[in-house]
Amino acid sequence: MSTDFHIVVCGSIVPDPLQTLSPQDSPQGPVLQNEMMLPAVLDPWAGHALYEAANLAKNNPGSQVWLVALGPKAKLQQVMMAVSQKAPFQLVVADGSASGFTDSFETAKVLSETIDGIAGLDKSKMLLFGGWQSASRGSGAVMQMVGEMLGVTEQFQGVDKITVGGDGSIEVLERVEGGAYQKSVVDGAPAVMGWATGELPEPPNNPQVGMQNMQKNMPALQQAKPADLSGTTLKFESVAVPQQRRETRIVKDASIEDMAKEIVEWIKG
Amino acid sequence: MTVLYLAHTECDNTLAKISLEALGAAKALAEGLGTDLQVGLIGADVAAAADSVAGCGAKFYGVADPMLADGIYAADLAAAEAIAKASGAEIVVAPATSRFSRALPGLAVRLDGRVDTHLSGLEAKDGKPVARRWFYRQRMEGTLTREERPWIMTLDSGCADAFAGAGSADVEAVAVDLASVRTKPAGMECVSEDEQTIRPDAQLLFVAGAGWTKKQADGAVHVDVAEATIKEFLGTTKSSLGSSKSLVDISGEGGAVISFLTHMHQVGQTGSSPRHPKGLATCCHGEEPHVVGWRFIKERRAVNTDAGCGWAQGKCDVLYVADAFEIMKKVNELLG
Repeated sequence: MSTDFHIVVCGSIVPDPLQTLSPQDSPQGPVLQNEMMLPAVLDPWAGHALYEAANLAKNNPGSQVWLVALGPKAKLQQVMMAVSQKAPFQLVVADGSASGFTDSFETAKVLSETIDGIAGLDKSKMLLFGGWQSASRGSGAVMQMVGEMLGVTEQFQGVDKITVGGDGSIEVLERVEGGAYQKSVVDGAPAVMGWATGELPEPPNNPQVGMQNMQKNMPALQQAKPADLSGTTLKFESVAVPQQRRETRIVKDASIEDMAKEIVEWIKG
Repeated sequence: MTVLYLAHTECDNTLAKISLEALGAAKALAEGLGTDLQVGLIGADVAAAADSVAGCGAKFYGVADPMLADGIYAADLAAAEAIAKASGAEIVVAPATSRFSRALPGLAVRLDGRVDTHLSGLEAKDGKPVARRWFYRQRMEGTLTREERPWIMTLDSGCADAFAGAGSADVEAVAVDLASVRTKPAGMECVSEDEQTIRPDAQLLFVAGAGWTKKQADGAVHVDVAEATIKEFLGTTKSSLGSSKSLVDISGEGGAVISFLTHMHQVGQTGSSPRHPKGLATCCHGEEPHVVGWRFIKERRAVNTDAGCGWAQGKCDVLYVADAFEIMKKVNELLG
C-alpha cells in the first residue's frame, strides 16, 4: 500500500477557554450569550489533529492536507489568520453554526457532504483526522459518523500516536481507561483517527506558510456554502450553568504541622 | 417501545462498574416508560456476564467471538449492529466506556438513528425518555429530548446506581461476520501497578500545578524534590494524579517537568473531568478552565501560597495558604 495520504482534518472553532460562558434561549434553541462577540480559537483537539496531519504529510511525500470546518465564515476567517501560520493546508468551509448545541448527526452529515465535494480527494488514500473530543459539544461522536457516512469503517479514537510502516500499515495507540493504551494495527488507509493530544507541541508561527495558505484559503472562505443543520428533532428543555460556589475556609495562620495533620485526617476520614 | 441495554465484557469476562450503572439506568428507564428491557452483551465470552445480571429480568442477546476480547471499532460496531437489529429496540442505553464511546456513535448511522453521548442523567417523563448532558466541557448542563428512533445513548460513570442481581440467563446467540475487519489488536501498553498514577477508582485526586516546577524561596527550582514528594504521596495513598494544563505545556516547551506526568494526566477545559470523592490541588493557579476539572469532585481542598487564588476561591472547601513543598513533606511523614 502507498504512504502518500490524503489527510482530511475536521475541525472548527470554539470560544476562547478563558471566557465565561452563559447560555440563553433563542428561536433556534439554546445559544451562548454574545456568541458572535466571544473571541474564538481553533478547537484544541482539532488543533492537535491538524499538527499531526501536517507532520504526517511532511514525512510522507505526495501527501496532502485539507482542513474542513463547519462554522460561521466571518469567525473562521479571524481564527484562520492565526492557524494558517502553523502548517500548510487547504481550507474547505461549510458556513453554519459551530455551536455546541447543534446536533452531532446533522454536523456529521454536513461535514461528510462537504468532504464528498472536495475535488481531487482520493478516498482510498484518505485518513480522516479530527478531535476525539471538542471544547463545545464534547460528544466524541461526530468523527465516527462522518467516517461511517463516507464508508470508512476502520476507526480509532483517543489517538496519541500513529506509526506508518513501510508497507502502508498504521500502528495506532488509543487511550483507554486507567492511563493505558490499546495498540492496534490497520493495514492502511482509509481510516478515521480521532486525536487526543498527540505528541507534538504547537508549531511556531511561520508567516511564509501563512501567506501561502491564505492565498488559497481566502477564496475558500468566500465560496463557502451555507450549511443546513435543520434536520433534527433535538429539543432542549433547559440549559443552565450550575451554581456551585462554595464557602471556602481559608487556613493561613496555622502551623505547617497543623495543616498537614488536618489534611491527613481528611484523607483518612 | 423497547429499551435495549448494550454492554461489553471486560478482559476477565465480567461487567465493569460503569456498565452495571448503565444497566441500572436502562432498567429504571424501561420501568418508567412501562416497556420491556432487553440486554445485549458483546465479548469473547458473555455467559458469565449474563448470569451476573440475570436478575434484571430482561431478554438476553449475545455476540461472543475471540475478536471481541479487544475493543476494535469495526468489530464492536458490527456486533452492536447485529444485536440492535435482532432486538428492534427504539432506545439503546450503553455505558460510556472508552470502548463504546469509540464504537457506538457509528451505530446511529448504521441504524439511521441518532446518538447522544456522555449523558449525566436519564429518566422517563410524560412517557418519553429525557436525557441530561454537559456542554462546553462541563460548563453548563442541558436537558434534552428527541423524536428520532432508534435513539442511542451512552451514560457516564457515577450517574446512576449500579444494578445488582445475579441468576441464570438464557442468552440468544446473535451471529456476526467479522472477517472484513482490517484492524488487528496488538496488545495493551500499561504502566506497572507501582508506576500507575491514573487511577479512575481512587478515593482522592491529587492535582499538581505548575508551581511545583517554579523557582522557590531560595531562587532555585527543585523539580527533583517535587517529583519525590508527589511520588511518595501517590504511592502511600494510591491517589490518582491530575495535572493543570500549564504544567503539561511546560513539557512541550522542553522545560523541567515531573517525569511521570503525561498529557493523559491533564484535567480541566482541555483535559478530563474525573470523578473522585475527594480532590487536593497543589500549586495550581487558574480561573474558568479549572472549574471543569473540579466539576465532579465532591470534597475539594487546595494548597497555595496565594490566599486569593482563583483555583480555590469559591471552588474548594478549604484553602491552606502555605508552601506545598513543606506541607506535602509533612503530610508524607504523617502518612508514612
